[in-house]
Amino acid sequence: MTTDSIPVQATDTRPGTTRKTSKATPSGERRRRLFRHPGAGRQHHAGPVAYILLGLAALVSLFPLYWTMVAASTDNTRVTQTPPPFLPGPHLLENLGKAWEDAALGKAMLNSLIVAGVIALSTVLFATLAGFAFAKLRFKGRNILLMLVIGTMMVPPQLGVVPLFMMMTELGWGQKLPAVIFPTLVSAVGVFFMRQYLAEALPDELVEAGRVDGAHSLRIFWSIVLPIARPPMAVLFMITFVHAWNDFFWPFIVLDMTNPTVPVALTQLSAGYVRDQSLIMAGALLGTLPLLALFVVFGRQIVGGIMQGAVKG
Amino acid sequence: MGEERQRRRTLLHRLDVRGAPYAFVAPFFIVFAAFSFYPLIYTSWISLHRVELSTLNLMEWVGFDNYTALWDDDRFWNALLNTFTIGVLSTVPQLLMALGLAHLLNYQLRGSTFFRVAALTPYATSVGAAALVFTMLFERDFGMINWVLSLVGVDNIDWENNKWAAQTAISSIVIWRWTGYNALLYLAAMQAIPRDRYEAAAIDGASRWQQFLKVTVPGIRSTIVFTIVLSTIGATQLFGEPLIFGQGPNGITGGADNQYQTLGLLLYEEGWKNYQMGRAATVAWAMFLLLILVFVVQRIVKRVLTRRT
Repeated sequence: MTTDSIPVQATDTRPGTTRKTSKATPSGERRRRLFRHPGAGRQHHAGPVAYILLGLAALVSLFPLYWTMVAASTDNTRVTQTPPPFLPGPHLLENLGKAWEDAALGKAMLNSLIVAGVIALSTVLFATLAGFAFAKLRFKGRNILLMLVIGTMMVPPQLGVVPLFMMMTELGWGQKLPAVIFPTLVSAVGVFFMRQYLAEALPDELVEAGRVDGAHSLRIFWSIVLPIARPPMAVLFMITFVHAWNDFFWPFIVLDMTNPTVPVALTQLSAGYVRDQSLIMAGALLGTLPLLALFVVFGRQIVGGIMQGAVKG
Repeated sequence: MGEERQRRRTLLHRLDVRGAPYAFVAPFFIVFAAFSFYPLIYTSWISLHRVELSTLNLMEWVGFDNYTALWDDDRFWNALLNTFTIGVLSTVPQLLMALGLAHLLNYQLRGSTFFRVAALTPYATSVGAAALVFTMLFERDFGMINWVLSLVGVDNIDWENNKWAAQTAISSIVIWRWTGYNALLYLAAMQAIPRDRYEAAAIDGASRWQQFLKVTVPGIRSTIVFTIVLSTIGATQLFGEPLIFGQGPNGITGGADNQYQTLGLLLYEEGWKNYQMGRAATVAWAMFLLLILVFVVQRIVKRVLTRRT
């Protein structure tokens, strides 16, 4: 489809990260000079208007989350009054506790942790293996296979959902976590992402040196590639974890309320006929908290990772 | 003896060099083939059968009956149109705003990390949580959005039952979650544009706006195409947002009058509410055809545009 518009060789422009293998070529020198300025390519300093607009954007981004917390800390009567509350109330812990029980969030959290953890681990492992092969090893059909990988990004998972459901039922995996885990064990985006990184960051000479020393491919992967690939692996892990944690469509279909992941459990809160809005918000807050914590701690790295994985013009 | 060992080692070495690359890429292709490609093909086979959810192993051949039924079904055309309108309502503003946001983030900026992380935070929110919050903000009687609108003299809008209001509300969830993500993709591409292009444009007397149009936008063209493709795919499979916005009973049908039922919801309704897996597979196949159609159109548009420039 439109795969040919994606340049396979992207330029590396990670802001704020020091490159371990900087080449002393003029172009490398130039590139590094550009890195020092976050606004490289455009020297203009932001004026007051830019700050106001960015402030508004940040407000719009963060307000719904803040308000979730506000609503979760009041009671249902207060939250359904106009004007709506803008400041947190006293019932946060009480509501969190109740939502935790009503939506069986304990089990859901554990399930999500298992699902997202396993998927992120296997995605990172297989993406690094395949990314290494595509970046540094020579084999017949390499380019065609790489194009195939990129092409698979275009296939939405919904299209195969009916037979997949039948397969899982036949395997006896209905309502069980493997049904969610197995179809997502690998990711085309991940393979592409690792390939892009290793093509630049891993010097050919290092692989050659390993060969000369008589190391076999898996050994080279283990002792040379893995240490170098650690930073992008961490980023890919976090991105995949976020995706897997938030995935909704397939888990919603194949799991049920007796054994849900967090997003599936959250639908339980809103589906009832008697609706307690603060409780719903408390559940939403609980379901989001682990990822928000991840963002507070690793936000900078995740941002850098997404920008690094981006397709450059 | 030594010669024999030497030969074996050379053989092993050659086997390793030849075979290892395939072994390394194999896991990806095996999992993809088993859980994505095979189901995709099998979908078309199922769509030619009558299969009920309760008896999945009983498949009755019905030929193209499911397809003709779908063609004659008003709900299908309604869902197709809704998918399209919600797709446009969410994708176009989202990408334009992302472009503007990326442009702002590309200035020399104090606290740039904060703004970037803030822009990306919605991306960390699950569809479930985001849709729940927005459903509440869009509540008719006490929702914050109607309250703000009432301050400027706009009467309460029934976001759930009014067709366009509901579609706008659902689109806003999508826009909120994905604008920052796209903005970061654009920002990364913008930073890869060589600075001398701007200098050349400035020497030619181009204003900032002209530089944006003539240097920045063409400079990140392939990223723009990439995001259009990704958001189009996202739009065709829209599911969680309308489902949760419908708050339970009305979710699957996309509102009491199907006013925001998408193809994803129709697929689910046919398969898991009406128990007709064959029909659900037909909807899936129709979605696939739709995607291909969108890509063909997009390619033609792109080619026409490139020829003109």
